[in-house]
Amino acid sequence: MLFAAIQWHSFFFLLFALLTCGFALAVVFSSNVVRMAFFLTISLGAAAGLFFLAGAEFVGAMQFMIYVGGTLVLLIFGVMLTAHERFISMKTRAGEWVLAAFLGGGLFLLLVRAALMVPQWNSPNLQRDQVAQSEVHDSAAIGAAVSAYRADGLPSSAAPAGTAASPGKSVYLLPFEIVSVHLLVVLIGAGYLARAKKRTSANAWQA
Amino acid sequence: MAEFINSRLISTLLGWFSIDALPPDHWLGFVLAALVHTVLVIHVVAVGALLFIWMERKVSGRIQDRLGPTRVGGKFGWLQTLADGLKLITKEDITPGNADSLLFKLAPYVSFAASFAGYLALPFSDGWVGHHVNCGIFFIIAIVGMEVFGVILAGYASGSKWSLFGGMREAAQVVSYEVPMGMCVLIPVVICGSMDLITIGQMQAGFFTNWIVFHDPFAFVVFWVYFTCATASVNRAPFDLAEAESELVAGFHTEYSGLRWSFFFMAEYGSMFLVSGLAAILFFGGWNGPIPIFGPDLLNLAYSDAEIASGTFRLGGYIANLAGCMNFIGKAVTGVTVMMWIRWTLPRLRIDQVMTTCLKYCVPLGAVCFVGVVGWQWAHLWSPNDLRPQQPRIAVRERGLFDLPAREASGMATRVELTDKAAWAGTVPVPAGETR
Repeated sequence: MLFAAIQWHSFFFLLFALLTCGFALAVVFSSNVVRMAFFLTISLGAAAGLFFLAGAEFVGAMQFMIYVGGTLVLLIFGVMLTAHERFISMKTRAGEWVLAAFLGGGLFLLLVRAALMVPQWNSPNLQRDQVAQSEVHDSAAIGAAVSAYRADGLPSSAAPAGTAASPGKSVYLLPFEIVSVHLLVVLIGAGYLARAKKRTSANAWQA
Repeated sequence: MAEFINSRLISTLLGWFSIDALPPDHWLGFVLAALVHTVLVIHVVAVGALLFIWMERKVSGRIQDRLGPTRVGGKFGWLQTLADGLKLITKEDITPGNADSLLFKLAPYVSFAASFAGYLALPFSDGWVGHHVNCGIFFIIAIVGMEVFGVILAGYASGSKWSLFGGMREAAQVVSYEVPMGMCVLIPVVICGSMDLITIGQMQAGFFTNWIVFHDPFAFVVFWVYFTCATASVNRAPFDLAEAESELVAGFHTEYSGLRWSFFFMAEYGSMFLVSGLAAILFFGGWNGPIPIFGPDLLNLAYSDAEIASGTFRLGGYIANLAGCMNFIGKAVTGVTVMMWIRWTLPRLRIDQVMTTCLKYCVPLGAVCFVGVVGWQWAHLWSPNDLRPQQPRIAVRERGLFDLPAREASGMATRVELTDKAAWAGTVPVPAGETR
């Protein structure tokens, strides 16, 4: 029967992949900035759907949180605060089209080549139990890796030479902390740069 | 469920017409099971909104010393929302000439879809969840933040200054309140050591003293901070600046009418239930009642861990789960009622007051309580909570990802299990044949 013959995993993969690519193209070909943002949401949300389909729920939720939520709210803030007329539309000149097609096409070819170099590309479809098996990965491995342990138990390649990094120990904690402190510095810096300039006492009451 | 439908229901039905029984993994059972579950969850939002809108009218009426609706549907006016719904359906669907019509038409659906998608990971009882997401709370927080996108789109696309102001206010408010809300949500996660909503709920099984809100004074304070932030993030009074009738006409939905308008409200009531349900799971034991009637000490009906793991069906366990579901819905509805009570009691805040509440009170309170809870845990201070010991936390699961036989042959570790704090301190003896 047709219904039973469909490979649902592949079906949903194709559905989400088509949504991602289709709305990514819509972003490119639309000229209204807010519409672009809306199409970008759907495209990124469908990419999150792909992550969920692969059983990577933490990454999928992260995709929602950071890309779909954060970036787009930021984008919309930017558009709304800087727009001079009501519905801004961007006209693209022919030269820009050519340049963009050249760059984008080159990058696309590079990606396709890289994807096809993966040996599993042509391997047969996963069986049902294999798909179910790959769903048991949870975010605990990420947390463990950040605090102490590598998920694969391999010796850490990032360990400095000479230190006795036993197999399975990870050294991700320090980079993680450095990145977060760095982000904090960036945040404070941005706040400092964007602060209200000191007004003269004459018009201070207007503030 | 799917196997049950295939092997019991459909096969019995086919048996009457002497047709061969279906195999237990036939697609028909899966489709029917999926339909039943989807319809059930959709009705939490749809029927929930019917009930909540009627309740909102009654609550506001009583608070203002009125009766509220009394006529439609006989006593108590309990069909009032249905009459409202009929009125909304018959209204003309208007798109203003100035509007960006595509976005204007899609915005209500974006709002509703975001609110509804959160229910995917919200457990209604032990194991009763649309999809068991192992970082469920993170998923829900990420999804709830998406609802604002529909409101911003509506505000922008309406082509009206009132709507635009409403949308901007909403954006500023929700983006700010996500920070303290994230902090508050982190605290039950830290106490339970899991982002899995089902694990968090299971750990609070037992008497009401096991609820995380009673874990320590800091956790108690955090619940109130969470509830404030949740009220703000679902855009309810006193934080309903986005609609602010007295200043912005109706804010982001000034230009909407009919069914599209009602989609915004279904989304709002859906989100209210969602964040209240989240509060119930995170702080008030979720589906566990104040007294563990179905627990192993009294009636001993609830499913055991082994039964949950193997997915067996037992009537007693089902009844226990049903009662748990009623517990959970009761707690969530109480949360929604409190939100209504607050709405009709407090006046609307100004935008600067909203920002002050967030940045000067909620964020510092959240941060201090976070440090306090972590310190409380670290110092092993007394707590009424006797959280159920968890199953051994399997820190690393690698089935299917790596080539296990090859690694076993080369003497590498195949899995690392961390059972408790001792493992983190490095005092757990390494089992023979494994290296850490």
